[in-house]
Amino acid sequence: MNAKERGRRRFLKEGAALAGLAAGAIRSASGQTLASEISDVRPQDTRAYGERSRFETTVRTPPGTLSISTPLQDSMGIITPSALHFAAIHYNVPTIDPRQHRLLIHGLVDRPLIFTLEELKRLPSVSRIHFVECGGNTSPRSVVERRGAGADTIHKTHGNTGCSEWTGVPLSLLLQEAGVQKGARWLIAEGADAGKHAMSIPLEKALGDALVAYGQNGEAVRPEQGYPFRLLVPGWVGVRNVKWLRRIKVVEQPFMTKHETTSYVSLYPKLDGKTRWFQFEWGPKSVITFPSAGQRLPGRGFYEISGLAWSGGGTIRRVEVSTDGGRSWKEAQLQEPVLRIAHTRFRFPWNWDGEEAVIQSRCTDDRGEVQPTIDEMAEMWGVKTDFFQTTQNSVILWNIIYPWKVTREGSVLNALFS
Amino acid sequence: MRCFRNLLVLVTALAACVAALAQTPTYNLGRTPSAEEIQAWDLLVGWEGKELPPGSGTAQEGAKLYAQKCAACHGPTGAEGSPPPPGQMRPSPRLVGGRGTLNTPKPVKTVGSFWPFAPVVWDYINRAMPRGQEGSLRPNEVYALTAFLLYRNGIIQESEVLDAKSLPKIQMPNRNGFVPARPEDILQSRCRGHRCP
Repeated sequence: MNAKERGRRRFLKEGAALAGLAAGAIRSASGQTLASEISDVRPQDTRAYGERSRFETTVRTPPGTLSISTPLQDSMGIITPSALHFAAIHYNVPTIDPRQHRLLIHGLVDRPLIFTLEELKRLPSVSRIHFVECGGNTSPRSVVERRGAGADTIHKTHGNTGCSEWTGVPLSLLLQEAGVQKGARWLIAEGADAGKHAMSIPLEKALGDALVAYGQNGEAVRPEQGYPFRLLVPGWVGVRNVKWLRRIKVVEQPFMTKHETTSYVSLYPKLDGKTRWFQFEWGPKSVITFPSAGQRLPGRGFYEISGLAWSGGGTIRRVEVSTDGGRSWKEAQLQEPVLRIAHTRFRFPWNWDGEEAVIQSRCTDDRGEVQPTIDEMAEMWGVKTDFFQTTQNSVILWNIIYPWKVTREGSVLNALFS
Repeated sequence: MRCFRNLLVLVTALAACVAALAQTPTYNLGRTPSAEEIQAWDLLVGWEGKELPPGSGTAQEGAKLYAQKCAACHGPTGAEGSPPPPGQMRPSPRLVGGRGTLNTPKPVKTVGSFWPFAPVVWDYINRAMPRGQEGSLRPNEVYALTAFLLYRNGIIQESEVLDAKSLPKIQMPNRNGFVPARPEDILQSRCRGHRCP
């Protein structure tokens, strides 16, 4: 920091302190009754970087867990605030100085290239709204491991998804600048975290809708989301969206790294002990976020049921809601905008009569694929449904219809696992 | 006819031109990295082990290293593993044993029972272990630790020397336990979610 910069910062600091004093003076002059509530001094200048009302308390860490999950129970609309976006971290959250960070593109290319963030930002950019969801989100194993406590709120069952507006450079543009050579079929994306997280991505996806994103919801990507930039492979399991991206190597074959051969794979009983690997895409999935497990209805009467639907392969065309345990289904209203590979908000008016009710949603995407029931999922796995109640096997890409039970007392519980 | 042929030549040439154009950089941003810059980062080792560096190690050498650098988390023999340390989410998995459990309700996925490729064991230790000191091991140490784990899993002999030549030749017990079996077939077998054949 040079002298001029130090001076500027001191000016900002003092300015903030003065502003604080002024605000304090106004407060004390304006009335005594609220003084005890509002007189505590805030350390940061919220004019410089805003913060939410201190009466808003929703956080990412569900009680009794260490996970960083989106509190879907409090979500509104389709955008996940960056500060509430889930994060799955394999190694660490590296502290990266964007001026030092580089993106290297090499391998089967005519012109290996190295980009600074500044150079990436000079290139033609796009902004797109997409969800990112961890492959293990909603996995029944976490329920089994925590003996039910892993499923008592939607925060724990469904919180590892988030939806943001991502801004960045299409990966296809960067690959075109480098000139992909004949014979190339895959690329390896590698992060700058401690373990150099690495994933193989088919070239077809890389040249399709993949993005090198430096912006999230109108500002820089958050450190836990890969600052200064990350790979985005829309609709594919979260683990392939390599954060803190530093290298792309264009190759002929996948590298079969640890995280794509021994985890994020499905050991299907129907395959007699064999494992299906390289499952990329999320199927259609939806869940009611209000009322949802962990919440409580104060009494009978009108409630707007609200929830989210999304699909890794396209756009949500239809969401249906059942309030009678799946016997009848009615069409829910989709809130615009309804976007490709993005959370879609749905709404459904409901008069609760005070009796026990099981509520759930199911969605259909524009390929006509319908969200499966747990029984249909069991069939796909080649198991009986109760397999999922006891399995210690890892289960990924679980997109089943998820019912909540509203008791006569108004408590909302997980109707599948309790 | 000749006219037609000429036209065909012209069209082909034009098409080639367009293809060439498509491969020309449009924006000329970024710079060419030096060979050293690429080398410094190009450390990942794939399943075929083509990228393995010089060096070697045996299980005997690896046993000492394992006790110093790995046993605290993965257990004294590697068959134990451990739950996440306080304040951490990820457990340290068992590395040894588990053969014959994959088709049971409680599959134990270890290097010996589950991992399909020996060079990937080398790669993961090399770049991601030990936790907190990732990337600190020298190639000889990584060969030795890989050898130790393979020996403990009954895959190689205690005195067998692992290096860039021998490691890729090791047949892992669960190599044929994946669908599709061949990496080159993965792109042909795309499926959504669990809707797979």
